[in-house]
Amino acid sequence: MRYEAPTTTKEAANLLAKAKGKAFVLAGGTDLLVRMKAGMLEPDLVVDIKRIPATRKVTKTASGFTIGASVSGAELGENKAVKKAWPGVVEATELIGSDQVQGRCTMVGNLCNASPAADSVPAMIAAGAKAAIVGPKGKRSVAVEKIVTGPGKTSLKKGEMIESISLPKGGAKIGDAYLRFIPRTEMDIAVCSAAVCLELGAKNVIKKATVVLGAVAPTAVTVPAAAKAIIGTKLDDDALDALAAACEAACNPIDDKRGTIEFRTEVAAVLARRAAKIAFERAGGK
Amino acid sequence: MSGVHVTTTVNGDAVEFVCPPNEPLLDVLRNRLGLTGAKEGCGTGDCGACSVTVDDRLVCSCLVLGAEVEGRSVSTVEGMADGADLHPLQSKFIEHAALQCGICTPGFLVAAKALLDRNDDPSETEIRYALAGNLCRCTGYDKIVRAVDDAAKDIRKAKAKAATKTAKAKAKKAAAK
Amino acid sequence: MSDNNQNTNFTNQEFKVVGSRPERPDGIDKVTGRALYGADTYAPGQLVGAILRSPHAHAKIKSIDTSKAEKLKGVKAVLTSKDLPDLVGGAGPNYDILVNCMARDRALYDGHAVAAVAAIDENTARKALKLIKVDYKILPHVTDVDEARKPNAPIVQPGTRTANVEPAPTKDSNIAARNQFGHGDVDEGFKQADVIIEKTYKTEQTHQGYIEPHACLASVGPDGSGELWVTTQGHYTFRTVCSTLLGLDIAKLKVTSSEIGGGFGGKTHVWMEPVALGLSRKANRPVKVVMSREEVFRASGPTASTSMDIKIGATRDGRITAATADLRYQGGPFPGMWGLLGAMTSFACYNLPNVKTVAWDILVNRPKVAAYRAPSAPMAAFGVESTMDLVADAIGMSPVDFRMLNAAREGTRASYGPTYGPIGILPTLEAVKNHPHMTAPLGPNQGRGMACGFWFNFGGQTATDLNISTDGTVNLTIGTVDVGGSRASMSLIAAEELGISYDEIKCNIGDTNSLGHNDTTEGSRGTFSSGMATIFAARQAIDVMRERAAQKWEIPVEEVEWKDGEAHAVGVHHSNLIPLSLKEIAKASPRTGGPIAGHNETVADNAGVSFASHICDVEVDPETGSTRVIRYTVVQDAGKAIHPQYVEGQFQGAAAQGIGWALNEEYIYGEDGRLQNAGFLDYRIPVCSDLPFIDTKILEIPNPDHPYGVRGVGETSIVPPLAAIGSAVSNAVGVRMDHVPMSPPRIRAALKAQAASEKAVSAG
Repeated sequence: MRYEAPTTTKEAANLLAKAKGKAFVLAGGTDLLVRMKAGMLEPDLVVDIKRIPATRKVTKTASGFTIGASVSGAELGENKAVKKAWPGVVEATELIGSDQVQGRCTMVGNLCNASPAADSVPAMIAAGAKAAIVGPKGKRSVAVEKIVTGPGKTSLKKGEMIESISLPKGGAKIGDAYLRFIPRTEMDIAVCSAAVCLELGAKNVIKKATVVLGAVAPTAVTVPAAAKAIIGTKLDDDALDALAAACEAACNPIDDKRGTIEFRTEVAAVLARRAAKIAFERAGGK
Repeated sequence: MSGVHVTTTVNGDAVEFVCPPNEPLLDVLRNRLGLTGAKEGCGTGDCGACSVTVDDRLVCSCLVLGAEVEGRSVSTVEGMADGADLHPLQSKFIEHAALQCGICTPGFLVAAKALLDRNDDPSETEIRYALAGNLCRCTGYDKIVRAVDDAAKDIRKAKAKAATKTAKAKAKKAAAK
Repeated sequence: MSDNNQNTNFTNQEFKVVGSRPERPDGIDKVTGRALYGADTYAPGQLVGAILRSPHAHAKIKSIDTSKAEKLKGVKAVLTSKDLPDLVGGAGPNYDILVNCMARDRALYDGHAVAAVAAIDENTARKALKLIKVDYKILPHVTDVDEARKPNAPIVQPGTRTANVEPAPTKDSNIAARNQFGHGDVDEGFKQADVIIEKTYKTEQTHQGYIEPHACLASVGPDGSGELWVTTQGHYTFRTVCSTLLGLDIAKLKVTSSEIGGGFGGKTHVWMEPVALGLSRKANRPVKVVMSREEVFRASGPTASTSMDIKIGATRDGRITAATADLRYQGGPFPGMWGLLGAMTSFACYNLPNVKTVAWDILVNRPKVAAYRAPSAPMAAFGVESTMDLVADAIGMSPVDFRMLNAAREGTRASYGPTYGPIGILPTLEAVKNHPHMTAPLGPNQGRGMACGFWFNFGGQTATDLNISTDGTVNLTIGTVDVGGSRASMSLIAAEELGISYDEIKCNIGDTNSLGHNDTTEGSRGTFSSGMATIFAARQAIDVMRERAAQKWEIPVEEVEWKDGEAHAVGVHHSNLIPLSLKEIAKASPRTGGPIAGHNETVADNAGVSFASHICDVEVDPETGSTRVIRYTVVQDAGKAIHPQYVEGQFQGAAAQGIGWALNEEYIYGEDGRLQNAGFLDYRIPVCSDLPFIDTKILEIPNPDHPYGVRGVGETSIVPPLAAIGSAVSNAVGVRMDHVPMSPPRIRAALKAQAASEKAVSAG
C-alpha cells in the first residue's frame, strides 16, 4: 500500500486516475480504516485529501453553502451559519458516531461509503444538496441522490472524487429535520431514519416538501407521496397519517441483526411523522 | 510495503518515526513510541479506549493512520499530568473510584479533558453524551460521571482564582500608576 | 447530583480502617497510562502470533496445507493441532480445552481456531494466515438451544449420552447432562395452591464484554522452561492448564498476571495462551498474541443462552406451596456446569416447602461457554422473578410483600440443599420496601419493577505472604488478581490487623513463582479469601513481633499483646516496659532473629451467600419499543464492606451489565451458523448516555465464617436486573416480556400482539 497526501484536488484526482489496483480516498477514515483492519479491503493506494485546502473549509456563497469533503462532523457542528440554515443536515451529520468519530468523519465520506443507513444522506437529499465532483475530465455537479447506487456502490467513475457538498441558502420559511432510530442512545447505526425538509407558504401552509427515508431500502428513498400528503396542509393529524402511510408503503427493508422488516417499516413512518413536526416548527409553522 | 517517514509532535515533544503506510496511529504510539497508555479495545472506533487528540481534536487513534500525523500535534494520556501534578481529572478519577480495572481510563481521561477544555460546566447529560464513545464495562459509568463533574468544579474554581489574581494584579498595577 | 449511598451496619465489630475509603494504591499508574496490561509489554526478539479461525459453524477438517505460509519470509512458526499432541487422555475437561484451543478433526463453531502463525510483524502474520489452505467438509450445524434438543438435530459431539439419566440413554444426543435439586413433594404442593402460574422464557447469549481483549506474551525455551505474561483472572490455573496441555513441568512455567482490563468470568479460562506457548516453543522466540475484538466475540467464552419453564403455585394469602423449574442451558460444543448452576440458584431466595429444579446441559455449535458474573443465575432469576410478579399480581399482593412473606431466612433449607445461616434476603427486601425510590411518582409510559437475586460466593485455595521491611513498611503479596481495587481492600485489611497506616502497606500480585497455588479469582472470592489469608498472615507476623518484644523484655511471649501497632507488655508488673512499635521491632529485626514475615496457605471455606434486591424505573416509547432505564437502585448484603466505594462500584457495574443484558445485548447467529455481530457496534453494551446514576445501599449482615464478616460482593447484582426491568416494562406499557433481551423490535411485537388480542376480545 502507498499513502499519498496531495495538496490540490487536481493532484488527488490524477493520483486516483493513474492508480494501479485498488485506490481509496481517505478523509475521516472512520469507514475505510475499519474495513482495512477487518481485512475486507487491502488498498494499493490511499489518497489522503485532508491537506487539500479546498476540502477543508465551509464557505458561504451567493447560492448557499459549500462544505469541503474533509470537514469533520465536529467542525460542521461548530459552524453557526450552516447550523442555523440547515439544522436537520447538521444534526444528521453530528449523529454519525461518537465525539471521537465526529473529530474525523465527514459528510462526503458518509455519502461515498454508500451505506443504506448513512445518517447524513437522507438529510442532504431532503435539503437538495449537490456534490461537486472532480475527476480527470474536470468538474461536475450532481444531486446527492444520484451518487449512491446501491449498498457500497456509487456512480463515481475511476479517478473521480467529491471535493465538496453544496447546500442551498435556506430561509426563514424553510425547515428541515432528521431523526433516526437506534437501540441505544449513541454509537449505533441507524435501524431506520427519516429526513423531512419543507417550505411554508402563505398562512403557514406547506408549499414544498421532501421526505426521505434511510435504512429501509438499498439506498435512501425519497417518498414523493409522503411529501404530497402534507403539501397544502398545516400538518394536521390527517396529513400526518397520510404521510405515515405513504412512508410505510415506500419501505422495502431487510431483516437483519439491526431490525426486522416490520419494525423498520413501522418505525420509519413514526420517525417521518415526528421529523415532519420538527421541520414544520423550524419553518415557523404552528 | 515501504515505510513512511513521519515527523510530528507527541505530548509536546518532537518525534520521528517510520511506519508501514497502513499502520494505525494507535500501533505507532504503542509499538514504536512506547506509549502504551492508549489501549486497543476494538480497533474499529467503537470503544474509545485509544482516544487521543490530534491538533486538539478528539479522535480514536485506531482510526487514524500513523502517516497522517506528519506535522500535527498528538496528545495522549501520558501527556496529561504536568510533571508531578496530576490533571484534576486524573486526581478526581482516583478520588471517586471512577476506575475499576482501569483499561478504559486513559481513553475516558482524554475524552473528558476534550470535553472540559471546551465546556468547563457541562450538565450530567452533556457529560454522558460526550463520553458515549468510551465504553466502560466495570463501573456502570456512575462514578466516572461524578468524577468528571467534580473535576469540572475544580477547574472552574482554579480559573476563577486565576482570574481574580489577574484582576487584582491589574488593579494593583493601575493603582501604582 | 444526588448521593444517597448510606450504609446500614449490622456489624458490632469495631474497625479502625476497614470500612474507610482511601485512594487505591495503583491509582496513579492507572490514570497516567503507566499500568501494564496484557498487550502492553515487550520481550526482545518478540514475534507476532495470529490465529486462523473456522468460518464454518461445523465442519470436518479434511486437511490443512501450511506449506506456503511456512515459506513466507518472516514467518518463524506455523502451528496446527499436530503440534499440540493429546497428553490428557482424549477425554475430560482438559481435553475439551485442548480441542477448543486448536480444532483437531472438526471445527465446532464459527471462530474455532484451526491454525496459527508467528511472524516478525503483523502484516507478515496476516499474510501468512491467508496462505494457509484448509480443506473443510461442511457438516450440518445447530446453534439454538431448543433446536439442539430435538431428536433429529445435528449431533455436535458424537458419543454424547445424557449423564445422570436412568436408564442410561442408548442414543447420542446434544443433551450432555441432567441435574436435579429440590425437596418436598411438588405435586402435593401444587394441589394446595389457589393460584398456579406457569410460563416459558427464553434468554439470548451474552458476552462479558471486558474492554481488554485477551492478550499474552509467551516464551518457552528448548529446555522446557517458560514464562507467560497474560491478562487473566487466574494465573495459577493458567499455569497448571498450559503446563498440562504442553507437557511442561508446572514449576518451570512462570505465569505473571498483567493488570487485567476486565474479566467478569471470561478470563478464568485459557483460550489462545497454549497456542502462544506452542508457537514460542516452535520458534524458540517470545510470541505475543493479542485477540482482535472480533476474535473475542467469536472465540472466547460468552455465557449460555437458555430456555426454561417456570411454575409457581401459591395460596390466596400469599404462601408459595410449590415451585418447579425446567431449565435448558447451552454450553457451546462442550459439557459444562451451566445448567447445574441454574438449577441450584433459581429458587435460592425463597423458603419453599416443595421445590424441584431440573436442568439440562445442551451442546450447540457456538463458542465454549465460560463463566459470566454469577454464571447461570441471571437467566433462571429472570424466569423465576417474572413468574413471582405474575403470582403476586394474581393474588393481589404487592411484589415486595409477596417476596417478604416467602423469603428465605436463617434456618431455611435452601432449594439446592444446605440450610442457611444468617442471610440478608429479608433485610434487602425491607430496605427496598422503605426506600423512597419505591414511592417516587412516575410519568406516562413509565413503570417500576423490583426483583431479587442470589449468588453463592466461593472461597478456595489461597496463599498469601506478608513481609515487614526494616523501616516498618509492609509488602503484602497476594495471589488473586486485582480486578477492581482489591489492592486497596487488602491493604486496608493488613493495616487493620497490624495497626499501622494504610499508606505503609504495599500490596503486590505475586507471580506463580512467588506464592503457592491460588485458585482463580472467581466466585467473588478475591476479598473474601485473600482477605482471610491476609488476616492470618498478619497475625502470624504479629506473633513473630510479639516474640521479638518478649525476647527484648525477657518476659514470656504470653505476656506480650499486640495493640494499635505496638507490642505491649501485659500487667501492672510490666508497667515500666514502654511499648515497642512495629517500626522499632522491624528496625531491630536484623539483630533479633532476622526478617519478620507472616504467611498463610488455606482453603477458605464458607464464603457466605449473598442476596440483592433491586428497584428499577423504565420509560418505554410504545411507538418504537425503545426502553430507557431512568432510575435504578441496588440494595445488596456485603457481609462487611472493606472498601465501600469499591463495593458500590461492584454493585453498579453488575447492575449495568444486567441492564445491557435485559435490553440490547445478544449474540445473533445467521442461518449459516455464523455470528453476525462480533463487534461493539452491533453487540450493544450500555454506553454512558444510556444509564442513569445507579444508587446503592450496602447492607452488612456479617458472614459468621469470616473474621470480619465478609461475603463476596462482585456477582450478585447482575442477577436481578433482567426481571426487574421486565417487570418495569410490564408496569409501564402492560406487556410481560418473556424473551431477553427486551429489544425494541421484541417490545414492539409484544405490544402489537397484545393490541391484536385486545381487539379480538372486544370484537368477540
